[in-house]
Amino acid sequence: METKPVNFKNLSREESYGYDRKTLDYIRNAAAHGLYEIRGMGAKRKLPNFDDLVFLGASMSRYPLEGYREKCITKTLLGTRFAKKPIELDIPITIAGMSFGALSANVKESLGLAATALGTSTTTGDGGMTQEERRSSKTLIYQCLPSRYGFNPDDLRKADAIEVVIGQGAKPGGGGMLLGQKVNPRVAKMRTLPEGVDQRSACRHPDWTGPDDLAIKIQELREITDWEKPIYVKVGATRTFNDVKLAVHSGADVVVVDGMQGGTAATQTCFIEHVGIPTLAAVRQAVNALEDLDMKGKVQLIVSGGIRTGADVAKALAMGADAVAIGQGVLVALGCNGETYFQNGAHHDAIADYNALGTAPGFCHHCHTGKCPVGITTQDAILEQRLSPEVGAKHLKNYIKTLNMELTTIARACGKQNVHHLEPEDLVALTIEAAAMAGVPLAGTNWIPGKGF
Amino acid sequence: MERLTFDLAAQPLRELNTFLHTGAKEGKVGHVTVLNPDGAHNIAVGLDCPIEVEVVGHAGYYAGGMNKSATVTITGSAGTGVAENMMSGKVHVKGFASNGAGASAHGGLLVIEGDAGLRCGISLKGGNIVVGGSVGSFSAFMAQAGRMVICGDAGDALGDSLYEAVLYVKGKVKSLGADAQYEEMTEADIAAVASLLDQAGLDHDPKAFRRIASQRSLYHWNADANQEY
Repeated sequence: METKPVNFKNLSREESYGYDRKTLDYIRNAAAHGLYEIRGMGAKRKLPNFDDLVFLGASMSRYPLEGYREKCITKTLLGTRFAKKPIELDIPITIAGMSFGALSANVKESLGLAATALGTSTTTGDGGMTQEERRSSKTLIYQCLPSRYGFNPDDLRKADAIEVVIGQGAKPGGGGMLLGQKVNPRVAKMRTLPEGVDQRSACRHPDWTGPDDLAIKIQELREITDWEKPIYVKVGATRTFNDVKLAVHSGADVVVVDGMQGGTAATQTCFIEHVGIPTLAAVRQAVNALEDLDMKGKVQLIVSGGIRTGADVAKALAMGADAVAIGQGVLVALGCNGETYFQNGAHHDAIADYNALGTAPGFCHHCHTGKCPVGITTQDAILEQRLSPEVGAKHLKNYIKTLNMELTTIARACGKQNVHHLEPEDLVALTIEAAAMAGVPLAGTNWIPGKGF
Repeated sequence: MERLTFDLAAQPLRELNTFLHTGAKEGKVGHVTVLNPDGAHNIAVGLDCPIEVEVVGHAGYYAGGMNKSATVTITGSAGTGVAENMMSGKVHVKGFASNGAGASAHGGLLVIEGDAGLRCGISLKGGNIVVGGSVGSFSAFMAQAGRMVICGDAGDALGDSLYEAVLYVKGKVKSLGADAQYEEMTEADIAAVASLLDQAGLDHDPKAFRRIASQRSLYHWNADANQEY
């Protein structure tokens, strides 16, 4: 968008930088409705991200591996600190926690089928574990959330690992919400709520209030499951250096750090765009915290929030993550924001349904309405039929497989036989901001802002 | 049925809990006595069979947490989160209970003969709680289902943001929370209170209680309310 006058004749048409059309729309919308905008997906604003980093492939000083022939290990172990049965995954790419409620039962099943075929894990969400999900997903991480909707010891014992959710990147410090149109009879029953209420998920856990309490809470979860299952602690990225240290102090086996690009099914836009720090900055702080405690490699780090490509995965791993979790990318692979949906052997146009929501393919963030035109973020009996578990699983499998191939391609080019051998020294930054946040030098220099020359 | 004693002064907690999860399920032992708890956390958590456990003394955090089917009695006082997320069975505290007692309990009965601290019955999801004494502020916060009988007084913001849980209070209420209101006691309410008092072994006149439930004005977003409920 051109914001400066092209010449003096157009001065009377100069758009204000501070009061551009987007801001005017926002003010008019607020004035008309008296209510903030609630929407799905993650931050839309431009943020420093993994695209601002590049790899230093092998050349004279490093020796590369043959791209297709030579072995490159992707096996990933999570939860080795205290758990008797750590999680062993074939790839370092996991499926992020997304609730049944936000997503349809079909989608949850798609995730499980694809993850099982790929040798990775899926994660429950607010609202508990569905039987479809447990059946389809070989490795299922069970979230313990502030709301405790549907939380119960039987499912806890069925889980392969437990994730205590403190917050998420889209809204650190905020609880959840699920608007009434998605609280159908099954969702309502699982959450012990009246049907159709605009449901609020608590922002604080009901039975502990700080890291010292959390240590006891984690011990309780371990005692209940006889110290078998790894315990993850998930935090939204804010004061990440301190939060990761406190999570480790509390006894976490694995820390999950979700940056501000992380998605949501329904949150205030002001929250999505203005609270939290970018994933790039959070990874560096999280790794620094683990290194500071001499816990790197003992407590594993999972990074999420805006991981889209194999290059993103490789960069997160190089910065020190042990694995990544993907939410929005997964939904897009299933058909989110696509022009068509695939049902009964044929593609069907969904554009009219996007238009009815006031949006279009490529821009849709209307997960909160429950009227997902491609049948993903819905509890509607007709819409949810637009995605079959098998078709969804096939696309998701292809997507994650592609990411994994890209990851190993980059790792081999950097001379690594194991993707976990990627290191910060393999990276440089293209912008000063990214260099400062990621703690890697600006390309072509030895300069890491904040660390002198 | 056999009786077994664990002495936490001599045996680690993990041994007790592991027995309660595995050995107890064989059904030979009907009663376990826990000696010298000395405020240890996570005593008798995650039980999954109809065994009786008596903790002789004071328990720390989360005693009887996530209980299913078992009956856990604590002769002393209990720390934070006693019987949190209980599914069924009974947890009986003879003394006092700290914060978050019975938090998010889906079922079962929690009896506290003395007073309970802050946020008693927070996020209650179908369990029943009977408190012989008083409860602290923000009790029954966001409680979704189930009942709480409070024989003493209640602190500030009782029943804030209630869903379908119902509260009965005999004593003074310092203040009600957002969206909570007093309602008429029906015959069914009096019978429910009488039954819960009976199960708890507490002697009070059920007609002396007042009923508190949700106004349901927070069930849907309302822009005109300016979030000042």
